Amino acid sequence: MVRKSITGDTAFKIAAGALAASALIILFATLFVLSTGSTMVLQRFGLGFLTGINWNPVEGRESFGVLPYILGTLITSSIALLIGVPLSLGIAIFLVEMSPKAIRVPVSYLIELLAAVPSVIFGLWGLFVLRFWVLNYIETPLNTNLGWIPVFSGTPFGLDLLTASIILAIMIIPTVASVSREVISAVPNSIREAAYGVGATRWEVIRHWVLSYGRSGIVGAVILGLGRAIGETMAVTMVIGNAIGPNAMPASLFQPGQTLPSLIANGFLEAPTPLEKSAYMGAGLVLLLISLLINIIARVMVTRVLKIKGGAVE
Amino acid sequence: MFSSYRFRKLKDKTIYVLCFLCVIIAVIPLASIIFEVIARGAPQLNLHFLTANGLEGGIGPAMQGTLILIGLTSLIGVPIGIMSGIYLAEFGDNKYASAIRTINDILTEFPSIVVGITAFSIVVVGVIGSFSPIAGAVALSFIMIPIVARTTEESLKLVPTSVREAALALGLHKWKTTLRVVLPAAGQGLITGALLAIARIAGETAPILLTILGNTYFFQGFNQPMDALPLRVFLNSRQPSPTVQAQAWGAALVLILIVLVLNICVRIVSRRRLRR
Repeated sequence: MVRKSITGDTAFKIAAGALAASALIILFATLFVLSTGSTMVLQRFGLGFLTGINWNPVEGRESFGVLPYILGTLITSSIALLIGVPLSLGIAIFLVEMSPKAIRVPVSYLIELLAAVPSVIFGLWGLFVLRFWVLNYIETPLNTNLGWIPVFSGTPFGLDLLTASIILAIMIIPTVASVSREVISAVPNSIREAAYGVGATRWEVIRHWVLSYGRSGIVGAVILGLGRAIGETMAVTMVIGNAIGPNAMPASLFQPGQTLPSLIANGFLEAPTPLEKSAYMGAGLVLLLISLLINIIARVMVTRVLKIKGGAVE
Repeated sequence: MFSSYRFRKLKDKTIYVLCFLCVIIAVIPLASIIFEVIARGAPQLNLHFLTANGLEGGIGPAMQGTLILIGLTSLIGVPIGIMSGIYLAEFGDNKYASAIRTINDILTEFPSIVVGITAFSIVVVGVIGSFSPIAGAVALSFIMIPIVARTTEESLKLVPTSVREAALALGLHKWKTTLRVVLPAAGQGLITGALLAIARIAGETAPILLTILGNTYFFQGFNQPMDALPLRVFLNSRQPSPTVQAQAWGAALVLILIVLVLNICVRIVSRRRLRR
């Protein structure tokens, strides 16, 4: 009787543990698929795959390089951070330190709702609404007045790197704002009280004590947002203009571009030759490695801060 | 830094206004999205649009496909996710479990298109040999499992240890305690987690783009391409015809309604849990 109960429990534990391994399996299956899938293109072009700018599937003249898309990904994500992070920090500070109780809950609910909107709907809105706002109110004025600066040159069309960056900025706000909010609320009240005690105004308390106490957590939140922006596919695919090959090398913000995810979403299924399919797998591998690296850095930084508070947050 | 008091006060007020502006700026896109989706989508909605197939200008196959995907994905993802969560919460005091926890966190942030490539290579090319609803469900369950595992673990940990001890003291086995006592006690948390995960996968496009391909006809079998709402929004938005684009807005309205309803359900369920 006693023996039976032990085996039942052990079996249950082993079954649950085996199903928990699904996470490991998914991770390794993905790494396996992408690395075996991209072997062909990596063997053919080696490091040239990372530094090349051509995308030519014509047989006999094949040439595949992902540099334009790596740059496109990094540029759109960086601009998204430049716009999105100050906004998110403002929201987080407002929610934790300033807002009256009555509007705190509805506002944070609205921000959460922004996270719930599917990315394809962001894309649809970007394609038919935001595109014209960006074109009429940002790009055309900048182009007519400052068109001599290379990044503002070209003919604004609305489907380009800038629109993609702005839509990414909107999409990372919920992530960055909610993580920074957690980090800021994790700052012990005694710190605030001490700062008020020496006569600081509210902003001085936030600026010199709260933000510097939570600095590493906020950096983590920003990197988490960066990870989101880098992996985002549909919304970007719908507004970035989908340039390919040397045309996709970013020169101006008002020029159609391409990111790694949008490249895959646009071309993967239509790839006619095994070599081109392999090139798309290679692009996927590069994307995955960038996103893994960023996420690991972000997790380390966020947990470091949340641990200081000692269990109150996590 | 500590200049005149009036100046510091003014600075404080300015920052207050700026932070409030940030909130307004973030709410504008949300309001505009909801407004546009309703304004452009609502005129599309009628019985024909919701039930006819793609050739007749309807989104019937897309709605059916999304429901099939939600069903199949939940069938794969919910049991595996809940069992993972049980392991992490009840037996999770070891290195293996903390590794799994970290990997789950990483998987939540995986680029979704990469998940699509994996399911494409394994299921579409390998196992089934054609585009298939099953491939779509596998891709989506890769996204669902980590979410469900996480929420299950968190809600099981909220169940007081005394409940477990009471059940064990009555002579119940650990596995029976977990399944019959702890799991029901955490019930609403589990439902919340599953609903959140469903709301998330219902709107995912990139993974199903590579695995179910899209179809103008209703469900045709597990080895045939299928349609889904987010995919329909994407494909129609790229067509030049304004009529077809208008259908994309109609499909977007239906999709956003599904996601909103799921989110509101989550609110209601979790609020009830808090009140108890």
